[in-house]
Amino acid sequence: MTHFLETVFQSVFWSAVIKVVFVFALLLLTALILVWFERRVVAFMQNRVGPNRAGPFGILQTLADGLKLLFKEGIRPRKVEVGLYLAAPIMAMIPAFLIFLMVPIGAPIHIGETTVTLQGADLNIALLFVLAMSSIAVYAIVLAGWASGSKYPLLGGIRATAQMISYEAAMGLALVPVVVFASSQIAGGSLGVGTMSFSRIVALQAGSFRGPVPGWFVFSLLPSFVIFFTAAIAETNRAPFDLVEAESEIVGGYHTEYSGFRFAIFFLAEYINMFNLSAIAVTLFFGGWLGPGADLPYVGWLVPIFWFLLKTYALLFLFVWIRATLPRLRYDQLMTLGWKWLIPLSLAWLVVFVLLQGVRVFGMPWS
Amino acid sequence: MVELTLFVIFGLAAVFGAVSMVWARNPVYSALGLMLTMLSIAVFYVSNGGYFVAVVQVIIYAGAVMTLFLFVIMLIGVDKSEERTERLPVQRPLALGLLALFAAGVLWAGRLVWVTGAPAGVVPVDGSIEAIGTELFRKWVLPFEVTALLLIIAAAGAVALALFREDGGDE
Repeated sequence: MTHFLETVFQSVFWSAVIKVVFVFALLLLTALILVWFERRVVAFMQNRVGPNRAGPFGILQTLADGLKLLFKEGIRPRKVEVGLYLAAPIMAMIPAFLIFLMVPIGAPIHIGETTVTLQGADLNIALLFVLAMSSIAVYAIVLAGWASGSKYPLLGGIRATAQMISYEAAMGLALVPVVVFASSQIAGGSLGVGTMSFSRIVALQAGSFRGPVPGWFVFSLLPSFVIFFTAAIAETNRAPFDLVEAESEIVGGYHTEYSGFRFAIFFLAEYINMFNLSAIAVTLFFGGWLGPGADLPYVGWLVPIFWFLLKTYALLFLFVWIRATLPRLRYDQLMTLGWKWLIPLSLAWLVVFVLLQGVRVFGMPWS
Repeated sequence: MVELTLFVIFGLAAVFGAVSMVWARNPVYSALGLMLTMLSIAVFYVSNGGYFVAVVQVIIYAGAVMTLFLFVIMLIGVDKSEERTERLPVQRPLALGLLALFAAGVLWAGRLVWVTGAPAGVVPVDGSIEAIGTELFRKWVLPFEVTALLLIIAAAGAVALALFREDGGDE
C-alpha cells in the first residue's frame, strides 16, 4: 500500500492531479459548511435560531439549497450579452480555486522516501500570485454586471471595479512588511535574501516570539494584519463593504439577472474567496499549520491540518462577526476609508517598520 | 515539447486577442481582447522561467490597467458601438498593403541566419525574484528611485491639472 502511494506521488503529473482534485473537493465542501456556519452564527448573534432542520444542527441546509438552485429554471433575460453572461460565473470560480493552490494546509508528509507537500504548488512568488489572482477576480463581477444588460447590475459592476482597485493597493502595501520581516528573519536577523514562498514564510514562524508566545508574524506585524484583513473584507465584497450587492440600493448588484445554478456559482465563489483570504491571513500572520504536534500513529499528519483549519475558521468567525455587527458604509465613506486612511496608514507603517528593521539589523546609523 | 505546445496555443490566443481588440465593435470586447493578449504574454514569460515578470504582467496590465479601461468604458457609456463609416477612404487598402509588406518582411527575415557559432556556454538567465531584487536594489537603485519619482510627479501633475481647471471655471 505504502509502496503504491509512493510511486503515485513520485510522478509529478499524478501528484498534481491528486492535489488539484483534493483542493477542488475541499473548497466545495468548505463553501457548503461556511454558508451554514455563517447563517447559524449570525442567527445566534441576532437571537434567532437559524437553519436547524436539515441534518444534525441543520448542517445539510446548504446542500438542500444547492440542490434547489441546481434544479431551478435558469432564466436568461433577453437583453444579455450571451457569451459573457454565461462565461462570467466561470470566471468567478477560476481565480478562487487557483489562489488556494498556493496555500500550504499541513506539514509535508513522508511516504517512504518521498516527501509530499500539502500544497498545490510551492511557488517562490506565491504572494504576488495571490495578488494577481485577486486582481483578476474583479473581471467576473464587472463582466457579469455589464453582460446582464440591465442598470442595477451595471452599477454593481462599476462599484466593484472602483472598490477592488482601491483596496487592492492597500492590501498589497500591507503585505510588503511581511516580506521584509521574513527576509530579516532568515539567517538570524542579518540581511538575507528574502522569500515570498508561503511554505518558507510558515517555516519562519516556527520559533517563539517571547517565552510561550509563538513566533507568529502577527505579534510583530499587527498593523499589517489589521490593514490586510480590512482590505480582505472589501475585496470579498462582504458587509460592511458590500456596496457591490447592496440590496436596498441596487437590488442584487451584479448578480441581479442571474438565477438557478449560475447564481449559486457566484455565491460559492464569494464564500471560497472568503475562505482563501482567511487561509492566506493564517499563513502569513498566524503561523499557518504550525501548532503543538501530537505523536499519533497513522493520523499524525492530520494534526497540522486541524490547526490550520481551526485558525482559518477563527478568522472566518471574525468575518461573520463583523458582518453581523457593522452597518453598511456609504459609498463616499468606503472611498475615504480606502484612499485616505488605509493606503496612507499602510505606507506610514511600511516606512516606520523598515526603519525599525534597519536599526535592528544594521544598528544605529552613527554606531 | 511543452514549451512548443504552450507557444502555439497562447501565440494563437495572443494574436486572436490582438485582432479582436481592433476588430470588435463594442469597446468592452476590445478591452477583453487586449486582456487575452496580456495574459498570453504572461504565459510566455512563465514558459521562459520569468515567473516574476509574468506575475507583474498579470498584476499591472491584466489587473490594474485593464480594470481601469473597463471602468472608464462603462462610465462613459457602454452601449455606443463604433460606427463603421470610413473617414479616410484609403486607410483600409493601405493597411492591407502594409500588412502584406510586413508579412513578406517577416518571412524574409525568418530565412536569414542571425547568430552563428556555438552557444556561448550555458548562461542561465535568472528571472527569479531574488535575482531581480538584487539587481534592482544594488546596482540600479538610483535609476529605480528616479523612475519612481517621475511616476509620482506625473500622478501629482495630473491631479494638479484637474484641480486647476475646476478652480478657473470652464470657458
